[in-house]
Amino acid sequence: MPFDTPRAKPELELRDVSKQFGDLQALRGVCLRVAPGDSILLYGPNGAGKTTLLRVLSTLARPSEGKVLLNGEDVHSNPAAAKSAIGFMTHTTFLYGELTVRENLEFAGKLFGLRAMAERLSNAMETFHLHERAETMVRELSRGYQQRVSLARAFLHDPQFLLLDEPFTGLDAGSTESLQTLLRGLGSQGKSLIFSTHDFEQGKAIARRLVALEGGRVLYDGPMEAAPLAALKAGERSHGAGARS
Amino acid sequence: MKKTFPQTVHLAVTLAALLVSLYFIFLYAPQESTMGEVQRIFYIHVSSGNMAFLAYFLTFFGSFVYLWKRNESADDFAYGSAEVGFIFCTCVLITGPLWAKPVWGIWWTWDERLTPTFFLWLLFVGYLMLRSYVIAPGRAALLAAVVSTLGVVDVVFDFWVIRMKSYRGQHPAAVMGGGENSGLDPRMWVAVFVTFVACLLLFSYLVRQYMRVAALRRQVARLRQLRDSSSGA
Amino acid sequence: MHTLRIIAAIFEKDLRVEWRHRETLASMCVFGLLVIFLFNFAFEPAGEESLRLLPGLLWIAFAFAGVLGFNRSFASERENAALEGMRLAPVDAGAIYIGKMLANLFFMAIAEAVMVFAASLWYNFSFIPALGWFTLSTFFCTLGYVAVGTIFAAIAANTRMREVMLPVLQFPVAIPIFIAGVEASTGALKGDPPGDYASWIKLAAGFSVIFVVLSYLLFEFVLEE
Repeated sequence: MPFDTPRAKPELELRDVSKQFGDLQALRGVCLRVAPGDSILLYGPNGAGKTTLLRVLSTLARPSEGKVLLNGEDVHSNPAAAKSAIGFMTHTTFLYGELTVRENLEFAGKLFGLRAMAERLSNAMETFHLHERAETMVRELSRGYQQRVSLARAFLHDPQFLLLDEPFTGLDAGSTESLQTLLRGLGSQGKSLIFSTHDFEQGKAIARRLVALEGGRVLYDGPMEAAPLAALKAGERSHGAGARS
Repeated sequence: MKKTFPQTVHLAVTLAALLVSLYFIFLYAPQESTMGEVQRIFYIHVSSGNMAFLAYFLTFFGSFVYLWKRNESADDFAYGSAEVGFIFCTCVLITGPLWAKPVWGIWWTWDERLTPTFFLWLLFVGYLMLRSYVIAPGRAALLAAVVSTLGVVDVVFDFWVIRMKSYRGQHPAAVMGGGENSGLDPRMWVAVFVTFVACLLLFSYLVRQYMRVAALRRQVARLRQLRDSSSGA
Repeated sequence: MHTLRIIAAIFEKDLRVEWRHRETLASMCVFGLLVIFLFNFAFEPAGEESLRLLPGLLWIAFAFAGVLGFNRSFASERENAALEGMRLAPVDAGAIYIGKMLANLFFMAIAEAVMVFAASLWYNFSFIPALGWFTLSTFFCTLGYVAVGTIFAAIAANTRMREVMLPVLQFPVAIPIFIAGVEASTGALKGDPPGDYASWIKLAAGFSVIFVVLSYLLFEFVLEE
C-alpha cells in the first residue's frame, strides 16, 4: 500500500537514539541517516547493538531516548506510513509453522493491505524460488528454506527500506548467490538496504557504506573503501562476547 | 522534597506518629462495652484496610502516569505502593480473623467487606508475581501498568457484584459508610483518625525508601555499564 | 474498513492454524469433560441437587478450559515471534487484540457446547426448556471471560511459568464474571422469570463491553518493546 509520502527523497534517520532494556543499555546516542540508494553493512562484535539498531529502525522497538524519523516525521506519530515503507527480517522468522508458505505470505499481504495480491505473491515466490513448496507447511521446511520465506515476507510489500539481520544464515550456495545479486541491484532501484552479517567479506561485496558498532555506539560511518578495517577488526578480537547480539 | 522534608525527619515523624497512635489505641480510646479489649485491634484493622485500597489506587495512579509520561520514578512509585499495599492488605486479612474469632466465634465469613478485601489481596498477588516473572526486564513496567489498570476497573465490579450478592453482613458497618449511626464513641473516632494518619506516614516513608533504592539500583547499573564499556575501549 | 479486514484476517488465520493441529480445542474439551466427570465422583449429585450444583460445576469447567485455551492461543504467536511480525505491518494493536479475542470466543463457544452436552447427558438434565436464556447469559459471561483472558494471555506470554501466571492474573479479575455466570445460569435453569436474574446478565454485558474497550486501548502497551 504505497502512501502519499513525498517521493523525492525518502530518508530514514536515527537521531541521538539510546535504547535501554531494563538495566542494559543496548544503544547509546546513535545517529544515522539512511538515504535512497544507500547500501549499508552493519558490523560489530556480538552485543554491539546491531539487532537492536535494526529493531529500532523497523519501529518494533521504541527508543528510550531520541527519535526515529522518516522524512523528518517521527515514525511513532505516524506508524502506518513508516511500516509500509519498511521491510524487516531477523533471526525469528515471523512465520506460522502450521500455515503453508503461500498462506503465510498471503496473511502478511493482508496485514499490509496489499492490492493485486496474487501477482505480488507470485513475484515474491519467484524471486526467492519458493514455488515448488508453496503448499508445504512451514514447520516441515528446513531452516534455510524458512529463511527464504522470511525474506520473501520482508520484500512482499515492496518496501523502500530493507532491514535484514543476518540474511545469509542457513542459505545454501545457490540461494546465497541469488540473494547477493538481488541485494546489489536494490541501489539502482533507489531502494535502501541495511544489513548485518557475520561474514565480513560477503558484506563487503554488497555494501558501499560501512557502519561499525561497538558497545551500542557508532565507531565508524563512511564509505566501505575508506574504513579503517584493521583497527575495527583488532577491536573485535580484543572483545569478549556481549550479552545481546 | 529531599531538602524540604529530609528522610531522617520523615522517619522520626513516622515513628513518633506510630507511638502516639499506640497511646490513642490503648490508653485514650475507651474500652468497647460488649467486645472488650480485643476490639482495640479494630484501629489497626480499619486503617490497614483503608491503606490497602488506597495503595492499590495509587499503584494504578503511578501506572497511569508511567503509561502517559514514561517516567521511571512513576513506575517505581507504582511498584513501591503495590509492595507496601500488599503488606497492609495482608495485615487486614490477619487482624480480621484474630478479631472475628473471639467476637463472632468464626475465623472467616464471605461477607461484603471480607470478600472484596480478599479479591484485592489476590490482585496484589497477581501484580507482584507478574513483576518478578517477566522475562525481558524492559517490559515489566509496561505490562504491570496494564495489569493494574485492568485491576482497578475490576475493583469497581467487585463491589458491584458483592452488593448484588447481598451477603448477610456480620461485619460492623463502621467507618467507611457508617457515619453517625455507627455508635462509635467520639474518642474512638479520634483514635481511628490518629492511627490512619500514622499508617499514611508509614506508607509514604516506605514507598519513598523503595523509590530511593530503585533509583540507586538503576544508577549503579548504569555506572557499572559505563565502566565496562570504557575499560574495554 | 481496513481495520475490519485485518480483524477478519487474524480471526481466519487463527481458525486455520487451529484446524491444522486441533490441539487447542481438543485440550479444552478433554480437560473440561474431565472436570465434569470427576465432579460426579466427588459429589455424586442426584435429582434436585444436580440442578443446584450444575451451574457452578459448568463454570468451573469453563474457567479452567478457558485458561488452557487462552494460553495455547499465544503459543503459535510466540514460536517464531509471529506476533512481532504482525506489529511490523501497518496494523492497529487493538485490531490484533480483537481478532485474537474473537477466535478465542469461537473456540470457547465450541468447547462450552461440548461440556454442556456432556453434563446434560451424564447428569440426566435437560437444558432445552431454558436454552434461550441460558445461552444468552452464558454468551455475555463468556465474552467477558474471553475479553480479559485474551489480554492476560498476551501479558503472561512474556513471563516465565506462563501456565501458572495466567490463572493468577486472570481469575481474580474474572471473579465478577464468574459469579454472574453462576447466578444467571442458576436462574435460567431453575426456570425463574428472566426479570429475576436479568441484572446479572446486564452486569456481565457491562463487564464485557468495558473490558473489551479497555483491552483494545491497552493492547498497544502489551505489545510495545
